[in-house]
Amino acid sequence: MIQAEAKNVNFYYGDFHALKNISMTFEPSTVTALIGPSGCGKSTFLRLFNRMNELIGNTKLEGSVTVDGKDIYARDVQVDEIRKRIGMVFQKPNPFPKSIYENVAYGLRVNGTNKKSVLDEVVENSLKKAALWEEVKDNLRKSAMALSGGQQQRLCIARALAVEPHLLLMDEPASALDPISTSKVEDLIFELKQQYTIIIVTHNLQQAGRISDYTGFFYLGSLIEHDKTQKMFLNPADERTQSYITGRFG
Amino acid sequence: MTRKQLSQRIAFSTFTLISLVVVAILFVILGFIIVRGASVISWEFITGKPEEGMTKGGILPAIVGTGCLIVGSMIFAFPVGVLSGIYMNEYLGQNRLRRFINFMTNNLAGVPSIVFGLFGMALFVNYLGFGDSIIAGSMTLGLLSLPVIIRTTEEALKSVDDSLRTGSLALGATKLQTIRRVVLPVAFPNIITGLILSIGRVSGETAPILFTVAAYFLPNLPQSMYDQVMALPYHLYVLATSGTNMEESRPMAYGTAFVLIVLVLLVNLLANLLRKTLSKRVKM
Ligand SMILES: Nc1ncnc2c1ncn2[C@@H]1O[C@H](COP(=O)(O)OP(=O)(O)OP(=O)(O)O)[C@@H](O)[C@H]1O
Ligand SMILES: [Mg+2]
Repeated sequence: MIQAEAKNVNFYYGDFHALKNISMTFEPSTVTALIGPSGCGKSTFLRLFNRMNELIGNTKLEGSVTVDGKDIYARDVQVDEIRKRIGMVFQKPNPFPKSIYENVAYGLRVNGTNKKSVLDEVVENSLKKAALWEEVKDNLRKSAMALSGGQQQRLCIARALAVEPHLLLMDEPASALDPISTSKVEDLIFELKQQYTIIIVTHNLQQAGRISDYTGFFYLGSLIEHDKTQKMFLNPADERTQSYITGRFG
Repeated sequence: MTRKQLSQRIAFSTFTLISLVVVAILFVILGFIIVRGASVISWEFITGKPEEGMTKGGILPAIVGTGCLIVGSMIFAFPVGVLSGIYMNEYLGQNRLRRFINFMTNNLAGVPSIVFGLFGMALFVNYLGFGDSIIAGSMTLGLLSLPVIIRTTEEALKSVDDSLRTGSLALGATKLQTIRRVVLPVAFPNIITGLILSIGRVSGETAPILFTVAAYFLPNLPQSMYDQVMALPYHLYVLATSGTNMEESRPMAYGTAFVLIVLVLLVNLLANLLRKTLSKRVKM
């Protein structure tokens, strides 16, 4: 079974060919890590799956991207409908300057759910899933801006989970965090994988090794290798993967 | 003391001195008007009508008139200006059209206010047939304050972090929802600044109301938006330059100036208070 798939994808920023003929599939309830040197196209690739690249002008996409068997770039598809089903967590925590409660409830509210009992339940469940509930349950009306960076990032994860996404995209979600917050987020990803399909960009190879089932290595806009994480790290098929993993470049 | 420290100290003292001078000048102006004006201020002055060739009585009609013009011009200019600012910053992107509109707004901001007065007379008073009236004066003053409101709205929106917009869109919010629920609440306290600046300007302008609404002497309060009114700045001008008995109306002129300044101050305080509460609500 396939949850998400990119097929023969080429992506251009103006004349710049940022993604070169990439095909990749993602199975349900797995974590896939995308690794590769800076500027190789990991974030660009990730953003294909919730059509966030469209916010940048003058870009072009070839090939197809499907989620749950549906072409998300098909003409009859509403882009906000797509984004509801696909959660994203960014590198820098970006909570809204609202209360903790309103941050988590945001995704539901914009979809027209305003019933208090529903919201209360979703807020609690999402915060629990994001391992933040115990820390904030007495202060749900407090501003999200008053949380620490690590708490903010877990809040952003809770916020993404609240709309029950099928797919969770994470772009270096722990890179701005201290080691303790990082390990909390990593534990969390491990937990979440039971229910969600996760694609995560990371520069931290140990992290990729710890949390992912599959790893894809990008280099200069191409997908060089995509395999089980263990296999990739112990016995990579491509020489370039080998050099990157052993730290010879990047 | 080394030379570097010395030059530091000289620079610092110079800056301090200059700012002190500026503040001092401000205080002298205010003090002058307070000293001259305060003696005429009385309950009767604020609530009465001008009498005996404007040498006695009060200035209520002018206060009410200026109040009407402030409210009227903002009812017209604030929504239009804020919506234009939103359109330009959130929908236009950085393209040629935006640069062109920016160029035109900047030019509009530089047009002398008497030109607005003439334009207002031609369009609102004559062509649209409003006659000399609150509505014609308000719209003229509104046009005058549009550039400031548009510009401050744009700046306020620009300073909203883009990661908030992407965060909202990624949750499936539409662009409109993103603007309404995330961008505007963050930007609004700063947008209020534009409102404050405009109100200050609108309440003090004489030229734009000269041919569109201002009455030389009209003791009766306005009954509808098609009436003429007296206004504080114009009344001041009349008292200072063309009263029937200039010597005797001079104290009245200072009193009027005093009221005008207090009015602007009050509006600023109120708007600042509003801005503080709003930004507190955003930060919580
Ligand atoms: N908005 C943009 N406009 C033009 N070029 C872009 C834009 N965003 C990215 N690029 C280019 O596309 C390439 C891939 O960028 P991308 O951000 O996907 O890399 P990345 O692998 O995520 O890098 P990093 O590890 O540094 O985050 C880079 O060469 C970058 O310069
Ligand atoms: Mg990146």
